[in-house]
Amino acid sequence: MVSTDDNILEMRRITKTFPGVAALQDVTLAVRRGEIHAICGENGAGKSTLMKVLSGVYPSGSYDGEILLDGEPVHFKGIRDSESRGIVIIHQELALVPYLSIAENIFLGNEQRGAGGLIDWNRTNAEAARLLASVGLAENPVTPVVQLGVGKQQLVEIAKAISKKVRLLILDEPTAALNDVDSAHLLSLMRRLRDEGITCIMISHKLNEITAIADSTTVLRDGRTVERLEMASGEVTQERIIRGMVGRDIDSFYPDRVSTPGEEVLRIEDWSVRHPTQDRLVVDDANLNVRAGEVVGIAGLMGAGRTELAMSVFGRSYGRDITGRLFVHGREVRARTVAEAIRNGIAYATEDRKRFGLNLIEDIRRNISAAGLRRLARLGWVNDNEEIKVAESSRRDMNIKAPSVMSVVGKLSGGNQQKVVLSKWLFTDPDVLILDEPTRGIDVGAKFEIYTIINRLVADGKAVIIISSELPELLGMCDRIYTLSAGRITGQVPVAEATQEKLMELMAKDKESVG
Amino acid sequence: MTSTRPSSADKKSAESAPAAALHVGTSDPRTLIMNNLRQSGIFVALVVIVALFAFLTDGLSLSPGNITNIVLQYSYILVLAIGMVIVIIGGHIDLSVGSVVALTGAVSAVVVIRQGQPWWVGVLAALAVGLAVGAWHGFWVAYVGIPAFIVTLAGMLLFRGLTLRVLDNISLSPFPAEYNRIAAGFLNGLIGGDGYDAFTLLIGGIAVAGYVVSCFRTRAARVRYQQPVESFALFVARMALVGAVVMWFAWQLAHARGLPIVLIILAALVLVYGLLTRRTVFGRQVYAIGGNLSAAMLSGVKVRTVNFWIFVNMGFLSAVAGIIFSSRSNGAQPAAGNMFELDAIAAAFIGGAAVTGGVGTVVGAMVGGLIMAVMSNGMQLMGVDQSLQSVVKGLVLLVAVAFDVYNKRRAGASR
Repeated sequence: MVSTDDNILEMRRITKTFPGVAALQDVTLAVRRGEIHAICGENGAGKSTLMKVLSGVYPSGSYDGEILLDGEPVHFKGIRDSESRGIVIIHQELALVPYLSIAENIFLGNEQRGAGGLIDWNRTNAEAARLLASVGLAENPVTPVVQLGVGKQQLVEIAKAISKKVRLLILDEPTAALNDVDSAHLLSLMRRLRDEGITCIMISHKLNEITAIADSTTVLRDGRTVERLEMASGEVTQERIIRGMVGRDIDSFYPDRVSTPGEEVLRIEDWSVRHPTQDRLVVDDANLNVRAGEVVGIAGLMGAGRTELAMSVFGRSYGRDITGRLFVHGREVRARTVAEAIRNGIAYATEDRKRFGLNLIEDIRRNISAAGLRRLARLGWVNDNEEIKVAESSRRDMNIKAPSVMSVVGKLSGGNQQKVVLSKWLFTDPDVLILDEPTRGIDVGAKFEIYTIINRLVADGKAVIIISSELPELLGMCDRIYTLSAGRITGQVPVAEATQEKLMELMAKDKESVG
Repeated sequence: MTSTRPSSADKKSAESAPAAALHVGTSDPRTLIMNNLRQSGIFVALVVIVALFAFLTDGLSLSPGNITNIVLQYSYILVLAIGMVIVIIGGHIDLSVGSVVALTGAVSAVVVIRQGQPWWVGVLAALAVGLAVGAWHGFWVAYVGIPAFIVTLAGMLLFRGLTLRVLDNISLSPFPAEYNRIAAGFLNGLIGGDGYDAFTLLIGGIAVAGYVVSCFRTRAARVRYQQPVESFALFVARMALVGAVVMWFAWQLAHARGLPIVLIILAALVLVYGLLTRRTVFGRQVYAIGGNLSAAMLSGVKVRTVNFWIFVNMGFLSAVAGIIFSSRSNGAQPAAGNMFELDAIAAAFIGGAAVTGGVGTVVGAMVGGLIMAVMSNGMQLMGVDQSLQSVVKGLVLLVAVAFDVYNKRRAGASR
């Protein structure tokens, strides 16, 4: 046990119950002053609940146990209480107002007032500029936030936290939506903040980041503290953390698969796509193909045009002035609408399942049937009993954890939602599945299940294209990997010859050097 | 093959699997009520309001004559509410229906009264105008991409103006007797009866029999697919309750003037649109669009086409309401249908439709409309001042939606 004096924060025997479920049971958390402390655990392990207890979202009295800040007990009644003591949370979904400026966002709720209670804009913008410099963001404070990328918005959030005199900064999945460059920048900023005396708590699924920057790690499982790991020794590996999270060893992240590619299923030739509103090519003269029983990866930095390429192929649902040829089973097809693409055996599972993939207020059954409803209908009449049967069999095959197929999709965990998305597309009986970030925001156990499902599909002769920001995922799952940079395909690497370094190099290749 | 396509091949596995689902079958009345709070809540509200006004008016509100009156007086609002709830499920709104009711009625009046055409030519002309208006709205909403609020606000002004034009700013009346029968006519005396109309009772009996048969068929299909079904006792109790209410209703009508023709029209529309929303690909796609537009688009739903037809349908039902209203008022007036859109919208929301789209039912909208109807009618019987009536209706709408929002928040918090 670490001595109390060193700890900025201690949470002791925290128990929080919701009607019928104990979300947290006797959870203990100790964070040393000036360290980066990681909290990991599968989805539903209680990480977010614990942070809500800490920040006062669940007010003192609604849980059991005690919280010590600087060794003395605290009883937060709300976020304002915890913020006044220097605890600030930055949530995964950023809480910025898009059409307000950076400066206005930073001082939202904490406006810099001058004479007569009016806002002193000069001071506001000058202060904001100083804060932006401290997080290494070179932007004008009057720029509207909507014009910034996610990575920069994240930095604005941190600047906002610093403006509140933060001492304990909590970041919930800070790099989930960031590309590698922005992630690296954020992590180095966290190191700098730590060195300046700001303690950081970081919730993350990305174990490589945890092993890279955390000084210590608390592992939660099923609402209990499993262990506290000291990372300084460098002996704690990702596998070690996973063992704590899932309570067992996972032999491998990626299930084995024997690759036996067959005939070509999908091919695109000279595919170019223009941005819907700007005059530039988002996809520039791309050629690729995928065979039955094959998994092909598309690697690229954010903004390289991966999703845009996939969506333009999928019934031209992105971009304009699309040129090029699309072949399915060697036959040229003109999939001008999503419905035509589906009819031609193409399926596309989006990277953002909540916004583009699911009807969150509808149940599992109707989400699964959404894309293939005509298969259940005769003359426009839906056979709803058949629909339930289909949903039930998907629930079984995919191991969707829900009380019934009538459960509302919005209440499922990320992993189970993704299984619903996959079920929906499998019900259209596609020949080729384009999976865009298939495991984003999903816990380790569910990831493994998704990989297993993908392998099963490939074994059944489907062709699969995976778009992913996680290179290890591509290396673990694919037979071949295409790299995309600024809309151009810069390379095609068989997995046997691929390494992260080699892929990164191709992904970062700029237009000129491609020729 | 992991395809989840229905096939006879997986029949064997299907036998074991849905068994897992069987235990979630809801026969416990409390669970049933909790699960269907959104729906059952308004049924309870309707019963309470009916009982309240029966008490306040010493049973006058439940008298045969008054029951008939309610049907005649509010049928066109209910017809509008059917179309409106579909519009709202799709994530839109239609502010123009009152003006369209006026316009279609006016066109019909001009054709029948001024030009002396037969009554059915007037009906067809009104329907054609309604469809054209719907297509106009649908075009702007679906293909140009203007929010329905704006398009139909413009339509509200536009079609009110056209109504004035068509009528030359004066009222037209009266319609010939055949046209009048649409909203004021009754089917009765066809098979006699002493002091009551046996035909009305017969139709009521047929309706109940049809309901029972369809319940049994649904239940049998669910059993065949090994889906959970409610306990048999509850099943019978539910049918008995519905049957009793329908027969009582028919009994009351039979002791007044018989079966209103407009009730037959309304019942047919409710039946058709109930099935349309629940059981057809089109209906499902409306829910999908309202629930998540982007997801629907990326699932191959032809969003524009669906939106277009949603508004064409609204135009059609506005015309039906326009015909009924002009028939009932025995003429066309420039100010006809004023504020009807708000009654129809209120009915849909009281009936559980969500402001954000994706949620709502035709039956719910009918119950919502009936709640408004029974309240207005009851207050009129009691001689409550018009101003107070409006205040009460406004508050009921607010409370109903607040209840809905509260419910949703609670459901969200319990995850």
